[in-house]
Amino acid sequence: MQCQICKKNSATIHLTEIADGVRTEMHLCEQCAQEEGVAVKSQIPLNELLSSLLASQPADDDIFDDSTQKTSCPNCGFTLEQFRKDAALGCPYDYEVFEKSLLPLIEKAHNGKTYHCGKVPSRTPGDTKKQIEVATLRQQLETAVKSEKYELAAELRDKIERLE
Amino acid sequence: MKLTDISSDINEWFDGSGPQADIVISSRIRLARNLAGHKFLSHCSSEERAEILNQLKETLMSLDLGDKVSYISVDKASSLDRHFLVERHLISRHHAFGKGPRGAVIADRESFTAMINEEDHLRIQVLKGGLQLRCCAEQINKIDDMIEQKVHYAFNPRYGYLTACPTNVGTGIRVSVMLHLPALKMTDQIEKFFTAAKDMNLAVRGLFGEGTEAAGDFYQISNQTTLGISEADIVSNFEDAVIPEIIGYENAARGKLLAKDIDILDDKISRAMALLKNAHLISSQEALFLLSHLRLGINMHDRMGASTPAIERLCTLKSADAATDTPNTVSITTINRLFMLTLPAHLQLNCGKALDSNDRDVLRAKIIRSALNQDT
Repeated sequence: MQCQICKKNSATIHLTEIADGVRTEMHLCEQCAQEEGVAVKSQIPLNELLSSLLASQPADDDIFDDSTQKTSCPNCGFTLEQFRKDAALGCPYDYEVFEKSLLPLIEKAHNGKTYHCGKVPSRTPGDTKKQIEVATLRQQLETAVKSEKYELAAELRDKIERLE
Repeated sequence: MKLTDISSDINEWFDGSGPQADIVISSRIRLARNLAGHKFLSHCSSEERAEILNQLKETLMSLDLGDKVSYISVDKASSLDRHFLVERHLISRHHAFGKGPRGAVIADRESFTAMINEEDHLRIQVLKGGLQLRCCAEQINKIDDMIEQKVHYAFNPRYGYLTACPTNVGTGIRVSVMLHLPALKMTDQIEKFFTAAKDMNLAVRGLFGEGTEAAGDFYQISNQTTLGISEADIVSNFEDAVIPEIIGYENAARGKLLAKDIDILDDKISRAMALLKNAHLISSQEALFLLSHLRLGINMHDRMGASTPAIERLCTLKSADAATDTPNTVSITTINRLFMLTLPAHLQLNCGKALDSNDRDVLRAKIIRSALNQDT
């Protein structure tokens, strides 16, 4: 499809607008879309994404309404205020200390996922290993069902049942 | 390892061999790890950083990795050496120009590197030419297992391997594939590739050049999700689905150029040849841009049997063979060498002195002219 404006390049941006029940469509190339001020940003850098997620978080006062949440980490002294600035944590314990505040960010950054699946250090206790193995198999099962690989899905289901 | 020992040649992963190497330059897998019992780096004192550095350096240097390994003290290295390591893809820009005690362990054939005290305590990477992600995954997993026998990693059953930035938590894996996509660019389809990648939650950035700019049509595509998806699933998604699809699009775009737009293709290749064979001043960006068109022409000739007037002229061009100094017809290796050896830090290390931007442009043009003008 050709761009409606320059009638030269192929249209890669397609806009549909419905105003007062009237539907209008626009098909533009990158260049013309940019000139019209409707260009789509091709990629949001991770740190920019993280900063915008942080900015949308409630202020500390709102976060710490739960008395069990600490304002600073007892191990490293890290605060969420610092996280807003640097987008990096102070120590491994911060994942637990600030779990309530971090969880929505983690969920957004990882496509809705909040549980690890995959490799586990060999020193990890057996129960934990099993727990992660089940989570990994569940993830594979989900993928198998989505891609309609039902034989594989049945195998994975049986494996999960055996482990549980 | 002396950097001048490796600066006069390209690294193994850039030699043009490896599966699908006409489009896939290289495959890389990086794991982010932190030591249990230590703070993350932003909260470490200089002494604690030095302690982490020493422990990890000792651990890594004692491993049997097959290849001989060398240690480079990055904070003590000259600015030129640090630039060189970045150009070579051995360390990140962040590591090169960060702060505090930090180092890099590099295997002889440059396929394995470890960065100590980058954003995380340890980042290990395996790099291979062409599409070889499974092979990278296998190798890095073994190395990770060996390291784990000697140190305790920070790990949590729910969040997996704990990293300084929550965007890397979980597996801590970053799978990156470097692609050469000149035909998608020439046929104005590259934005579609960006949009599709974004929809699949993948990041795209330029490979050479500063920041996100993709000089020479080289792009790096990598995963962003590291939690809730296993290493094996990320790797197989890339190797079996994402990358073959992109290769398919690039090949289709190459086919379209041959079928419908030979004039556009030949114009780009002819202009690139004319400029590269004759210019006396050439910037790094311009060289990457023009060499990209020659790389496309040679690959279309070698892989698709393409024979347009410009491609024929290009593929009968005599070039200097570095090893024997005898002229051969220009090959992908010739072009890959020119890509890498004319980067700013490579030029300066190889001529043994610091050069200002103008002097670099003169030397770069001279090296390219001499490599492509062996028939005159």
